[in-house]
Amino acid sequence: MEFINFYLLPGIVLGSIYALGAIGVSLVFGILRFANFAHGELMLIGAYITYSLFQFTGLHPLAVLPLAMVLTSFIALGIDHTFYKPFRNSKTTIVIVASFGIALMARSAVQIIWGVDTFSYSSGRIEMPIVLFGGLRIFMKHVWIVSCSIGLMLCIHTILSYTRIGKAMRAMSDSAELARLTGIETEKVVRATWILGASLAAAAGVFLGLDSHLHSMMGFYMLLPMFAAAILGGIGQPYGAMVGGLVVGLAEELSSYPWLGDSPLLPPAYKAGVAFALMVLMLLWRPSGLFRGRVF
Amino acid sequence: MSVLELKDISGGYGEADILHGVTLTIGEGEIVVVIGPNGAGKSTAMKAVFGLLRLSGGTITLAGEDITGMDPARVVRKGVCYVPQTNNVFSTLTVQENLEMGAYIREDNFKPRIQEIYEMFPPLAEKRKQRAGELSGGQRQMVAMGKALMVEPKILLLDEPTAGLSPIYRKEIFDTVRQINATGIPILMVEQNAKQSLAVADRGYILVDGRNRTQGKGSDLLQDPEIAEMFLGG
Amino acid sequence: MDAAQAYGYMLYLVSLITIGGIYALMCLGLNIQWGFTGLFNAGIAGFFAIGAYVSAILTTDGSPFHLGGFGLPVAFGLVGAMVVTAVVAWLVGLLCIRLRSDYLAIATIGIGEIFRLILKNEIWATNGARGIAKIPLPFETLAEPWNKIGFMLLVLAIVVAFYFLIERARLAPWGRLMTAIRENEHAARAAGKNVERFRVEAFICGSVLMGLAGGLTAHYIKFIGPGATEPLTTTFLVWVMLIVGGSGNNRGAILGAFMMWTIWSFSEVLTSRLPEELAIKAAYFRIFLIGLLLQVVLQRYAGGILPERRLVSVTNKK
Repeated sequence: MEFINFYLLPGIVLGSIYALGAIGVSLVFGILRFANFAHGELMLIGAYITYSLFQFTGLHPLAVLPLAMVLTSFIALGIDHTFYKPFRNSKTTIVIVASFGIALMARSAVQIIWGVDTFSYSSGRIEMPIVLFGGLRIFMKHVWIVSCSIGLMLCIHTILSYTRIGKAMRAMSDSAELARLTGIETEKVVRATWILGASLAAAAGVFLGLDSHLHSMMGFYMLLPMFAAAILGGIGQPYGAMVGGLVVGLAEELSSYPWLGDSPLLPPAYKAGVAFALMVLMLLWRPSGLFRGRVF
Repeated sequence: MSVLELKDISGGYGEADILHGVTLTIGEGEIVVVIGPNGAGKSTAMKAVFGLLRLSGGTITLAGEDITGMDPARVVRKGVCYVPQTNNVFSTLTVQENLEMGAYIREDNFKPRIQEIYEMFPPLAEKRKQRAGELSGGQRQMVAMGKALMVEPKILLLDEPTAGLSPIYRKEIFDTVRQINATGIPILMVEQNAKQSLAVADRGYILVDGRNRTQGKGSDLLQDPEIAEMFLGG
Repeated sequence: MDAAQAYGYMLYLVSLITIGGIYALMCLGLNIQWGFTGLFNAGIAGFFAIGAYVSAILTTDGSPFHLGGFGLPVAFGLVGAMVVTAVVAWLVGLLCIRLRSDYLAIATIGIGEIFRLILKNEIWATNGARGIAKIPLPFETLAEPWNKIGFMLLVLAIVVAFYFLIERARLAPWGRLMTAIRENEHAARAAGKNVERFRVEAFICGSVLMGLAGGLTAHYIKFIGPGATEPLTTTFLVWVMLIVGGSGNNRGAILGAFMMWTIWSFSEVLTSRLPEELAIKAAYFRIFLIGLLLQVVLQRYAGGILPERRLVSVTNKK
C-alpha cells in the first residue's frame, strides 16, 4: 500500500504532466524540425498567467486554465513570428541556439513580472487525502490532474485523427517537402502546432503547480523529462509521447523505491538523473523511439 | 494551345546550372515522356515547374499564365499535380488519409472522388485503413498517383513512376497512366524505362547534359536507330 | 579623483580583465566544439564546475568537511582540473557524440544537471551546499595589488598561449578536418575519416579549457560551491560571447568574451546602485537584454563581429 500511495500514484500524476509537455515537444520537433529548448518556459508562462487570473478572479485555477491556454498560445505565436520564423529555411542548429536564448528571455521576463518567490494555488490550505479500502490515499487534486490530462489527450487524439488541420499536421511531420507539394499551407500548420503545443504546456504547468507549487525554475526542470519522454515515444509521434511521459514519470518515482533491501534504490536527490539516463539509453539503443518516430 | 510550356529553362540547385535552355511543351490530352541518361536533368526540369530550383533563365507557362518561380502551394492550387520519385506518400498516414490530404486544397465535398480513385486502383480500396508506409512499392505508387488525382488536375507530372518496381508492376503503372490520360488529363512523365514509356507516350523528349537533344512522336523515337542504341539497348 | 578612488578603479579593472580572460578561455573552448566542429554543448557550466572542484580539492589543506587536504601547488591543481575534465569529457563523448546536434544539446544539458546534482549531494567530497573555502590563490605571498595583478597576468598568459595553440591547430589538417566534418559529415565519412573519433577529440579539447577556466575561477575567488555560479547564466553567457564575437574565429571568441563581460559587469555595477527591490529585477532584466542581443545578432549579423575566415578548401572551387 505504501508502494501505491507514495510511489505509483505520484508516478502516474507526474507522468501525465510530463506526457502533456512531451506531446508539444514532439509535435514541434516533428513539424518545425528543431528541439525547442523554450518549451518548458511555455509551461512556466502558462502556470504564472493562471496564477494571476486565479488571484484576479478568485476562481479555481482549473476554471481559468482555458483562458490561460489561449493567452499562452498567443505568446507562443508571437515568439514564433518574431524569433523562429526568420530561420525557417536555415540550419536547425541556429534555431536551437535561438530557442536557448528564448528560454532565458522568457524566464527572466517571468522573474521580472512575478518575481522569484514561490507561489501556490492553494493559498495555504493543506488538502487531506481521501482514504479508500483502508489505506489507499487519494488526493482530489491528483484525481483532477489525471482526469483533465486524459481529457486533453483525448482532445488531441480527436484533432489529430479526425480534423483536416490535424491530419495536415501529421502529414507535415511525416514530410514537410511533400506537404508543400500537396498544397498544404505549411505556415498554417505551424501556427496550429504552436497553439496545441502551448495550450498543452500551459495545462501541464498548471497541473504541476497544483501538485506542488510555482517557481521560476519549474520550466527548466521539466525540460529534460519532457525531451526524454518525447524521444522515448519517438519524435513526431504524439501517442508515443503520451506513453513516454508516463514511463518517465513512473521511472523517476519508482527509482527511489527500496526495491532491494531497505534503502532507496537510487537516492531521491538523483531522481532528475533518471530521465536523462532513460533518454541516453533510448538514443543509443533505438533512436527512433518505442513507436518508430522519425530519425534525423 | 499547350497546357504547360517550359521555355528555354536554365538553372540548378547550387552555384552551377544543371539545365541549359530546356524547352518542353505538353498539349491538351497528351502523354509526353522525357528520357535521357542519368544526370541529364530530367527530374530537375520537372522540379523547375514547382519553383523548387534556382532559375537563371526561361519562363514556365500554365495555359498561357506565367507561373515561373511560383510557390509550390500556389502551383498546386493552379491545378498542377506532381508525384515525386521517392518520398511521395505520407507513410505514417493511412491510405484514405493520404487521399484526403491530396484533396487538401479542395473546399467542396471530395468523398465521391475518393470512391472514383478506389475504383481506379482496386487494391487500395481493401487497404484504405492501412498505413501507406506498410504497402508494397507498386501500391505506394498507386497511393501517390491517387493522391495527386484527388484534385482533378489540369496536368499531372510523374517523376520516374516505375523506378525500382518489378516488370509486372511496371506494366500496371503504365496501364494506369494510360487510363488516367483517357479521362482527359495530360501527363508529363520522366522515365528510365525508355522503351515501355515511349510506347505509351504521344510524344517524347530526349535530354542530354541539360539540353534538348531530340524530340518527336513516341513511335518515331522508338524506331530511331541512334536512340535505340543509346537508350533502348535491352 | 583621489588616490584611494584611483586604486579602487585599478583593482576593478584588474578583476575585469582577469574574469574576462577566464571567460575567454571558455569561449575558446566552445569555439573548438561549436565554431569548428559544430558540436552543441549546453553543459559548459558542468565542465567548469568539475574543473573548479578538482583544483580546489587538490590544492586545499586538509578539512573534515570535504575530500582533499592534498595541499598541492596551484599548478598541479590546474593540471589536475584539466586531466579530470578531459576524462569526463571523453566518457560523455563516447556516450553522446554520435547524437545529432539537437540530441547532443539536450544530452549536455542533462549532463550539466547531473554534475550539479552530484556536487550538491555528495557531501563527503564537496561539502554540499556549503562548498569549499580557503582555496589558495597563486602569488599569495605578494602584497595586495601585486598578487591580483600577478594572477591577471597568469590568466592572460594562459589565454595567449592557448590562442596560439588553437590557431595552429585550426590551420593544421586537424582543424580543417573539423570544419569539413561540420560542413559535410557524410563527405568526411566517405573520405574514410573516423568522424566520431575527431568529434570526441574536439569535445575533449573544448571541455578541458572549460575545466581550466573553472579551476582558475576557484583560485581567484578562493571559494567554490554549487551556488557560486548560476549554471545557466554561465553557459548562456559563454554562448552569447562566442556568437557575438564571431563563431569559428578565435580572435572573435576572445574579443566577444572581454566585450560581453565588460558590458555584463558594468551593467551590474550600474544596477547595484538601484534600490534593492529594483536591483533584483534589474538583474533579470539584464539577462533578458542579453537574450535579446543574441537574437538580434543571430538574425542580423549571423557572423558576429569577427566572422569566421574560411579556409579555401579544395572542394569549394573546381
